[in-house]
Amino acid sequence: MRKSKALLFEISRPGRRGYSLTSCDVPEKPLDSLLPRPLRRSEAPCLPEMTEVDVIRHYTELSTRNYGVDTGFYPLGSCTMKYNPKVNEEAAAIPGFAYLHPCQPETTAEGALELLYNLEQALNAITGMERFTMQPAAGAHGELTGLMIIQAYHRNRGDNRRKKVLIPLSAHGTNPATVSMAGYEVVQVPCDDRGLVDLEALKAAVDDTVSSLMLTNPSTLGLFEEDISAMAAVVHDAGGLLYYDGANMNAIMGYTRPGDMGFDVVHLNMHKTFSTPHGGGGPGSGPVGVNKRLAPYLPVPLVDKKNDRFYLNYDLPESIGKVHTFNGNFGVLVKAYTYIMMMGAEGLKQASSDAVLNANYLMNLLKRRYQLPYDRVCKHEFVLSARAEKKKGAGAGDIAKALLDHGFHPPTVYFPLIVEEALMIEPTETENRETLDKFVAAMNAIADDIDADPEKVAHGPYKTVVGRLDEVRAARSPVLCWKEKS
Amino acid sequence: MGGKHYLPLTDEERSEMLAVIGAGSVDELFVDIPAGLRFEGDLDLPSAMSEPEVLKHLQLLAANNRHFQNCVSFLGAGIYDHYIPSLVSHVTGRSEFYTAYTPYQPEVSQGTLQAIFEYQTMICQLTGMDVANASMYDGGTALTEGAIMGCGATRRSRVLVSRSVSPFYRAVMSNYFNSRGLTLEEIPLRDGCTDRKILAEMIGDDVATVVLQQPNFFGMVENMNGLADLIHQHKAVFLVSADPISLGLLQTPAEYGADIVAGEGQCLGVPAYYGGPALGILASREKFVRQMPGRIAGETVDSEGNRGFALTLQTREQHIRREKAASNICSNEALLALAASVYLSAMGPQGIREVAEQCLRKTNYAREKVTAIEGFELVFPGIYFKEFAVKVPASPEELNLHLLNKNILGGVDISQFYPEFDRTMLIAVTEKRSREEIDTLAGELEGWR
Repeated sequence: MRKSKALLFEISRPGRRGYSLTSCDVPEKPLDSLLPRPLRRSEAPCLPEMTEVDVIRHYTELSTRNYGVDTGFYPLGSCTMKYNPKVNEEAAAIPGFAYLHPCQPETTAEGALELLYNLEQALNAITGMERFTMQPAAGAHGELTGLMIIQAYHRNRGDNRRKKVLIPLSAHGTNPATVSMAGYEVVQVPCDDRGLVDLEALKAAVDDTVSSLMLTNPSTLGLFEEDISAMAAVVHDAGGLLYYDGANMNAIMGYTRPGDMGFDVVHLNMHKTFSTPHGGGGPGSGPVGVNKRLAPYLPVPLVDKKNDRFYLNYDLPESIGKVHTFNGNFGVLVKAYTYIMMMGAEGLKQASSDAVLNANYLMNLLKRRYQLPYDRVCKHEFVLSARAEKKKGAGAGDIAKALLDHGFHPPTVYFPLIVEEALMIEPTETENRETLDKFVAAMNAIADDIDADPEKVAHGPYKTVVGRLDEVRAARSPVLCWKEKS
Repeated sequence: MGGKHYLPLTDEERSEMLAVIGAGSVDELFVDIPAGLRFEGDLDLPSAMSEPEVLKHLQLLAANNRHFQNCVSFLGAGIYDHYIPSLVSHVTGRSEFYTAYTPYQPEVSQGTLQAIFEYQTMICQLTGMDVANASMYDGGTALTEGAIMGCGATRRSRVLVSRSVSPFYRAVMSNYFNSRGLTLEEIPLRDGCTDRKILAEMIGDDVATVVLQQPNFFGMVENMNGLADLIHQHKAVFLVSADPISLGLLQTPAEYGADIVAGEGQCLGVPAYYGGPALGILASREKFVRQMPGRIAGETVDSEGNRGFALTLQTREQHIRREKAASNICSNEALLALAASVYLSAMGPQGIREVAEQCLRKTNYAREKVTAIEGFELVFPGIYFKEFAVKVPASPEELNLHLLNKNILGGVDISQFYPEFDRTMLIAVTEKRSREEIDTLAGELEGWR
């Protein structure tokens, strides 16, 4: 029996408390003498009034209405939903990391600085870049930081004509949004029939008004851009720079490095490649690495070492400044560092190797039943098209809902845009073969169901705590917070 | 090899799977990487560690740090040592929450979605605004994007920001504005608050957003009355960065006519983490909802008519609108918004008021004690909420070193951001500080020589 869950505000009862404060032990003074009445709010906020046990039960019940990596398989393409090791959580909770203030003297935070320094060395080694900033709080934040650095580079050379950023059609939505955010103009570059960036079209698009090319490699189709060296040469010869979106870095660790491919700026997603949890949407962390010629423009401060002591270096005259209020998502960086230390070089390479093996295995089994528009060896992910199923009456979105009834989180759907009815599948290296086989069985069963009764599939899911939600209604008449019924 | 316990495939399975694929070896799966680009050898990383080894290594690093649990902290400037009730981490530690992805599949994400909806409601209750989003990266980026919302809504590009707004926030803002080609001008200070007379001279019909902070960076409660009228006369947008704890007691931004409210939510049950992950709060009046960046959860019904929740108004967002999106934000700070919701549920209206009141009372007690010491003077007269700026008779660095010997993390030296206030310290006092700790601070400052 499906039912909705009461809101906090509906459970609330006047007079209940979830926490008692220590009594105030400084001399009592009339409140009016400290804060005159006109400066105070006229009525109390309508927050829930609950005892601790009620709060805990409320959220525990909510947690049962959620699906996480710990619940089951999460084959979301380009999201790298790998297992989040528990030791990461323990590491970040160490009081010497968790209860550190960003403004405390450097001499009292040397352990944190050393960790950031070590992590930077590791990321340099993995990507082939010269230096990293840890400030960006997410992948998109890293993209913006990267474009700011590229802007500063061109500006510093007195080159003010470069207003455009080239982006392949297969790019993540954050890429074009970031370009606009940085005041640049987006120029789309088409893909060829291999699904790779069309080199001739790229040549035609490049001129001295192009600031940079933003690229994900392997692409969102899970395909390695084989012409990357030629592409880099085309862009560099015209005075532009290359930006690497590291969303798909999990495919290539230890196999190849963005720095060696010719990229000038790289962002990594700690919450994808380096196993930190997604938290239901965040926090992430998106460190940005650059090569030697762009290092002077990185945000301040960088962590440097002098006479065996670590310090925050603000003395970077060409720096773009700050992009985060403080030092980035340090708590997330601790988890990523823990993961890298656990894995080592061989472990990371094996992770990429198994991620690619899992993806190719799944692709080969699924292409027997579903259309695979770009049928070649894939990297960490691949994209199926449910165009044929859509014609029968149930498309990619319906297949996604049907997978929920089989106990799986669905793949990314309707993305990338260059594949009609796209199902973008990334299994990651942390899934075992039985899980992959069960997923294939579920996908095949859904294909059978579509053949038998597409209408039924188009109205699922049937076993979830709520049925298919009316998203059109949510957008047409938005109810964005709870209000007491009068 | 490290991390074996995260990698389930056995060698036998690998061979069988390669056979299914029709590949002779894993290397064949990497043939598309051109030979010249292949990385040869091992990445230059430290040798893999076992779990106890890595924890020992991290404990040793952490032992070099002083922190809120082995020191008494008077540090503020945006990040504070408030008490975090035990229940908060027990909720955020439930892996159904922390290992979940963004709730794009609402049927299996009702937990996250309802929690966001409740969070949005609580932020609206605190600020008096109509709409809140599911979170931004931190206080600085929330304020910056709030200012950009004003530019979008007015189709103007000139923003005025008070010098009493956090210099950390202004640094982020200036960077974003510089990149995007927007103009940022500073409203000067008068007695530690925004100079309203100069603001009246600066403002014009080309101003998009006016940005203030309450309480301001020096901990002072600014007089906001009448500002909304001035700003709205020019059809500009009034944006305020508010401390959410202060809103347990202070006039809401809605009451003094603000249009958009940003803020740092770390104070609501989130550990300091050296400044991040923090919680960017962003809320606004309903008429600005189309300019609002980031995710928003909305109420709807399922196929059987049951109430449920889904992400909504997604045509503002990058994954739908690409270059026309309101912002590029994708990942946010959802788990910290959950922490804030749990904190606020436990506190309730009475608890949050008591926390705010204790901050006010203890800050004023500390202010009296410290400024009674010879050579320590209040920089500006006024009303202080959770911290206060004090002129000190030595370099703040030297004083802080002295305090550290007594396991006290002293105040932030603000002369680095305000050269006009040399030897000035910002001392923060939350509800967590006891009278004894404040007396010790005053005693040590008195005897520092």
